[in-house]
Amino acid sequence: MASSFSVHASEIAGIGILALDGFLDAHTAPQFDEAIQKELNAGRRNLVVNCEKLTYISSAGLGVFMSFIEEIRDAGGDIRICGVVPKVLQVFEILGFQTLFDIVSDVPTAVARFQQGGQG
Amino acid sequence: MPNFERKFLLHVPSSTENLALIRDFVAAIGKQAGLAETELSMIELAVDEACANVIEHAYGSDQTKEVIVRAILDNDTITIEVIDTGKGFDPGSVEQKDLKRLVEERRSGGLGMRMMKLVMDEVHYQIVPGERNELRMIKRLKR
Repeated sequence: MASSFSVHASEIAGIGILALDGFLDAHTAPQFDEAIQKELNAGRRNLVVNCEKLTYISSAGLGVFMSFIEEIRDAGGDIRICGVVPKVLQVFEILGFQTLFDIVSDVPTAVARFQQGGQG
Repeated sequence: MPNFERKFLLHVPSSTENLALIRDFVAAIGKQAGLAETELSMIELAVDEACANVIEHAYGSDQTKEVIVRAILDNDTITIEVIDTGKGFDPGSVEQKDLKRLVEERRSGGLGMRMMKLVMDEVHYQIVPGERNELRMIKRLKR
């Protein structure tokens, strides 16, 4: 019985949108890693990670965000996180993730933040 | 309720595939103990982190090995023990770096251990590499 997890990728105005669904742990983190890598390979540097359907995250999932953020910011892009449910937000906050990432309410807000310009 | 210990034991092959099963095991025990949702989430997380470390680091993802999770419940605490016979490590040598430093160095190592310490009341290690490594975590229950 493995964790169920999926990533749905889409694009709005050149911004990569990754919608996470299910449980993000050490078993499923490689799928998320791969999804971000695909966005970078496609030349997208501005990414929104939609966590509305993400029900669980462990440090392996947080590690994926951390392993890409520096490279993305160096390339002039950013990762914005949105729609985080309270249980997952609690984990972000335990490690102080809100000081590293822009966490907003929903996809339109995250996209608007990119369109208004500026990183982080 | 009289204060007696209830013990639960789970043996699983060392594969990240089983992390969901381990979390469900702990969640079921927590529910039986009447833990609040937040408390329960934190314990599930700590156990997940501990087992993921064992599977990936102590056993190097060797699925023929076994991870043992013991939960001991009494009226005041839930104690979780994660036991392996893998290569072990020196808990004191794992640097607890600032999150920003980790990002700058493009590393995410040590986050699991940090998480356990932040969400549990006590975390103890007893390491005998290759023989028996035991991580013991205690959460005092809010009643």
